[in-house]
Amino acid sequence: MSKHTFSIGGVHPHDSKISRECAIQPLPIAPTVYISVAQHIGAPSVPCVAVGDKVKVGQVIAQPGGFVGAFIHSSVSGTVKSIAPRADLAGRPSTHIEIAVEGDEWLESIDRTDTLVTAIPEDAKAIIDKVRLGGVVGLGGATFPTHVKLSPPPGSKCERVIINGCECEPYLTSDFRTLLEKGEQVVVGAALLQKAMGGVPCTIAIEENKPEAIAHIREVIAKLGYKDMDVMVMKMMYPQGGEKQLIDAVMHRQVGSGALPISVGAVVQNVATALAVYDAVQKNKPIIDNSVTVTGECFPKQANLLVRVGTPLQYIIDFLGGVPADAAKVISGGPMMGRAVANLQAATVKGTGALLFLTEKQTRRAPESNCIRCGKCADACPMGLEPFLLNKLSKAKDWDACEANAAQDCIECGCCLYSCPAQIPLLDNIRVGKGAVLGAIRARAAAAKAAAEAAKK
Amino acid sequence: MSKLLVSPSPHIHSKVSTKSLMLDVVIALIPAVICSVAFYGWQELLVLGVSVASCVLLEWAITKYMLKQPSTIGDWSAVITGILLALNVPYTTPWWVIFIGAVVAVGVAKMTFGGLGQNIWNPALVGRVFLLVSFPTYMTTWSQPQGLFGVDAVSGPTPLGAIQEGLLQGASVQDLTAAYSYKDLLFANLGGSAGEVCALALLAGFVYLCCRKVIKPWITLSILCTVVVTSLIFWSVDPTRFTDPVFNLLTGGLILGACFMATDYVTSPMSLWGGVVFGVGIGFLTMMIRYFGSYPEGVSFAILIMNSVVPLLNMWFKQKKFGRK
Amino acid sequence: MNAFIWTIAVVTVLGLVLALVLYLVAQRFKVEEDPRIDEVEKAMPGANCGGCGFAGCRAFAEAAVKAPNLDNNYCPVGGNDTMAKVAAILGYEVKAKAPMVAVVRCNGTCEARPKVNEYDGYPSCYVKSLLYTGDTGCAYGCLGCGDCAAACQFGALSMDPVTGLPVVDQEKCTACGACVKACPKHIIELRPMGPRGMREFVSCVNKDKGPVAKKACANACIGCGICAKTCTHEAITVEGNLAYIDPAKCKLCRECEAMCPTGAIHGVNFPKPLDKDAVKERIKVRQQKAKEAAEAANKATVISSEVEKSKKEATNE
Repeated sequence: MSKHTFSIGGVHPHDSKISRECAIQPLPIAPTVYISVAQHIGAPSVPCVAVGDKVKVGQVIAQPGGFVGAFIHSSVSGTVKSIAPRADLAGRPSTHIEIAVEGDEWLESIDRTDTLVTAIPEDAKAIIDKVRLGGVVGLGGATFPTHVKLSPPPGSKCERVIINGCECEPYLTSDFRTLLEKGEQVVVGAALLQKAMGGVPCTIAIEENKPEAIAHIREVIAKLGYKDMDVMVMKMMYPQGGEKQLIDAVMHRQVGSGALPISVGAVVQNVATALAVYDAVQKNKPIIDNSVTVTGECFPKQANLLVRVGTPLQYIIDFLGGVPADAAKVISGGPMMGRAVANLQAATVKGTGALLFLTEKQTRRAPESNCIRCGKCADACPMGLEPFLLNKLSKAKDWDACEANAAQDCIECGCCLYSCPAQIPLLDNIRVGKGAVLGAIRARAAAAKAAAEAAKK
Repeated sequence: MSKLLVSPSPHIHSKVSTKSLMLDVVIALIPAVICSVAFYGWQELLVLGVSVASCVLLEWAITKYMLKQPSTIGDWSAVITGILLALNVPYTTPWWVIFIGAVVAVGVAKMTFGGLGQNIWNPALVGRVFLLVSFPTYMTTWSQPQGLFGVDAVSGPTPLGAIQEGLLQGASVQDLTAAYSYKDLLFANLGGSAGEVCALALLAGFVYLCCRKVIKPWITLSILCTVVVTSLIFWSVDPTRFTDPVFNLLTGGLILGACFMATDYVTSPMSLWGGVVFGVGIGFLTMMIRYFGSYPEGVSFAILIMNSVVPLLNMWFKQKKFGRK
Repeated sequence: MNAFIWTIAVVTVLGLVLALVLYLVAQRFKVEEDPRIDEVEKAMPGANCGGCGFAGCRAFAEAAVKAPNLDNNYCPVGGNDTMAKVAAILGYEVKAKAPMVAVVRCNGTCEARPKVNEYDGYPSCYVKSLLYTGDTGCAYGCLGCGDCAAACQFGALSMDPVTGLPVVDQEKCTACGACVKACPKHIIELRPMGPRGMREFVSCVNKDKGPVAKKACANACIGCGICAKTCTHEAITVEGNLAYIDPAKCKLCRECEAMCPTGAIHGVNFPKPLDKDAVKERIKVRQQKAKEAAEAANKATVISSEVEKSKKEATNE
C-alpha cells in the first residue's frame, strides 16, 4: 500500500490550495509590533525588559513562566514602548510588549548567512537546550513548547520522530512552500530532532496533493545522506495532520485517551517547527518570524509571507490591499480548526499560520434543523465518538455521561459539524462538555494527589 | 466591509444538507414511480398525486397551526413519505383511504413525535399498516397491471397472496409458483402494490443512492441475504410447503422495503454492525411471517418491529473509539 | 356457567396471591426513615430548582431534618413563609431573611452598545464566551443569547427583543440563583428586594478605563467616582474602574443616581420619577455648607494651634 491514512473517520473537504504557487516573500516590518507573552501552551512568559529599553532582533524579552513555557524574543529592533494588556484576536486582554521599530539590527550571535549547516551536534542535551533557548514551540497550531516534547518523562522511550508535513487543512500552503523552498533546512532540522531523541528513525509525512514537495524532500534526503529517514506519502484526508491520527497512520499505534504520543513511542513535529529547530540550533536564530498564508477566493492577492512575530493583522492585510468588500469572515488558521478573528488590530503570534478570507456564502451557517439520525457525524469522527450523542449530553449538562462517552477525547477537528446535513452546531456544544469533563478529571486528579499527600503525612 | 462574522470552528461546511439527501432519495424513487405509472396507468398517477399532496399539506398545516413552528416541508421528507405510501397501496385504492393513510403517516407517526428525525417508526409504513388492518378490502384487492392505457382492471391476488390461499386449500408450492416466471417478477408483470412490481427500477434507485453515498448498502444486503438463507433452509427441507429463495427475493414489497424503507436514516441504526443485525432481524421476521403468519406479506411488519429496537441497537453496537479497547 | 365461576375464582386467587407478594416485599425492603422528612418535603415549594444548594426539595428536607438548626438551610424560593412552616415541623427557630431578587447589571442596549461583529455560532452565552469576548466593544457585558432565561424555571426572566437584554419579572423571581450560575459574564446579582421593591444599583460591570468603557457603551460606568464622593452613607465603592453599591448600606437617597454622568446607576420601583436637578441642587447646597463648615473648622484649628503655640512660648519664657 503506497498511501497511508488513519483508521477511523475523516472527511474530504476540497483542498482549495489556491496559494500554492506563491513563493514565500518577506513582509516589510511594521512600524510597531506587539509581542504577546502568552503565545504558547503553558505558563505565560515573564517580561524581562522595561519600558524605554532598546532591543535588538533576537534579544530575549520575556522568560519562561515555568517548565512548560517558552522564551520570547524580540522580532524587531527598536524601543520598548509599553508592557500592557492588549486585546488578542478574540478580544481578550493579555499582556503584550509594544516595540516601536527602529531599523533592523540583529544580535551578532545570529548567523544570517544562507549556508546550510549539515553537521549535527553530538550532544542531544545541547540540541534540546538550544531549542529551549530559541523559544521554539510547536508551529502546527497547538504551540506546545518543543523542548518539553523533546524531554520525555522517565520510563518512556521515543521510537520514531514524525515530521508532520500533511497540511491537511484546506487553503493552507505555508508548510508546502517551506518544504519546497527550505527543504534542506527542514531535513537537517529533522535530523537534529532524530539526534535529540537518541538517533531514532524519522518519517516525514506528506499528503499526496503535494507531489512536488514529496519529490523534493526525497531528493534532499538522498543528497544529504541522513540515515533512517524516509518520506511517507499520506492519503488526502482530513484530519491527516492531527497528531493522534498521524501516529495511527504512520506507526499503526493508537494513543490512548488522555495519553501523550510518547506513550506509544512517537514524537510528532510540524515542518515549520523542524525549520525553527534548524534555525535555533544551527544558526542561533530564535523564532522571530513565521510564514503565513494569506488566501481566500475573495482575496485578490494570494500570498505566502514571512511575517515577524507581533505584526498587527491589519498591517498584513493592508499590505495586500485591505479586507475585500465581500469577505464576511477573517480566520486565523485554516477553515476547519482556525479561529475567527473578531479584532483585526490583534498581532500575530508564533503559531499564526494563515489568514483566510471567506465570503458570506462560504461560511455563514445555515439554520439548524432536526437531527435525522443519519450517523454521518459518527462516521466522520476520527476519534470514533458519537457527536450527536455528546451534543445532547452537553446540552443537558450531563457531564458524567459525557465522560462515559469520551467527550474528553474530542480533538475539535470539526469533522462532525462539517458533515452534519442538519447543520447542528455539534462541536460548539461538545466543546462545552469536553471542557467540563476535563475540568472534572483534573479536579479528581488534584483531589487524589492531595489525599495521597495527606496519607503520607 | 460590513461587520465580520465570528463563530467557532469549523468555518466551512460540506455541500450535503438534509434537503439534498432527501432530494437524492426522491430522485432514486423516480424510476420506480415511472414504472408503476407505466404499468398501472393514470389511476396510479392519481394515487401518487393524492398521497404526496396530502402528506405535504398535512405537514405544512400541522407545523403552522398546531405546532406553530416554521414549516419543515422544504426538506422534502414529506414528499418521500407520500411517494412511499403511494407505492405501498394498490392503484385502485380510493383517494380518501389514501388521505387517511397520509394522516396516520405524517400526522401520527411523524409529527406527533416531533417531526423529521424524532419518529420511531417509518411513517409511510405505519400509514400502510394502518390501512392494511383498517381497510383490508381495498388494501388486498390487487389488480393485474393494465398498462398506461388499459381499461379493464382484472382483480386478483398477489403472488404471495395466491400462494397462501393455495396452501390453505391444500395445493403444493410447486404447482402454485409455476404460474409465475422469474422474468415476470423481475420486470413487474404481476399484480401487487405499485412498489412491489418492478424490482429492477427499485434496484436502480438503490444503486444510485449507494453511489451518491446517501445510504450504505449493508442494511439492504443483510436483509436480502437473510431472506435468501432462511428461505433456502426451509425450501430445502420441504419444497412443497415453502417457496424458493429467488421467488421470495422478487415478490412482495421486499425490494422496496429493503432498499427504501429499512434504510430510512431516522429509523435505522447508525453503526455497521447495528445495521447488519437490524437487517438480519428484518429478513428473518419477514420470512417467518411469510411462512407461518396469517398475512401473506411480512416486510412492513418486520421493518416496524425492528424499528422499535433501533435505540437498543444504537446502544449496543457502537464503533470502536480511538485508542480505547 | 362453569367457566364464569372459574374465571372469577382464578382472578380472585391471583389477586390475593399477588397482593400477598407485594406486602411481603414491601415489608422485606422497608426503609426506616424519619417521618418528618416527608412532612418537610410537603411544606416545600416542590420546584426542585436547586436554589438551596441541594439536589432537590427531598434532599433539602433530608438535610434540614439532620441539621441541628436551620442556619445553613434556607429555601430562597419558598422564602420566610416556607421556612416558618419547616421550622414549626422541626421545632427549630428560623431567622427571617430579607427577600432577594435577581438584578441584571448591564444596560448595554442595542442602541447604547453597537455591535462590532456578528456572532454566527450556537446561540448560547457560554459557547460564545468560550470563543471570544462578544459581538460588542464591551468585553464584560451581556452576551444576549439568553442562557439566564433558559436557566430560569419560574419564567421570571425573558429576553427583551428591543434591548437584547434579559428582563427580570420580580413577581415571579424566587432568587434561586440559577441565572446567576448560568451567566458566564457574571452580570446577574441577587440583591435584597428593598422596601416596597425600591432598590438602587449600578447597571454595569465594565472594568475598563473610562474612555474605553464609554466608547464601547454609552451606558457604561466609567469609574469616575462621583457617586462615591456624593454618597453620604459610604455605600459606594469604586474598584477597578467600576462602582458598586452595597445594598446593606444604601439608604435609597438617589443622590448617586442623579449625579451619575452616564446614567449607569439605576433606581427601580420608586414612587416618583427622579428630579435630577432638584437633587443636584440639594447636593450642591449641602456640599457648599460642608465646605464652609470645613473652612471654619480649619480656621478654628489654626486659631487654636496659634493659641497653644503662644501658650508654649509663654511657658518657655
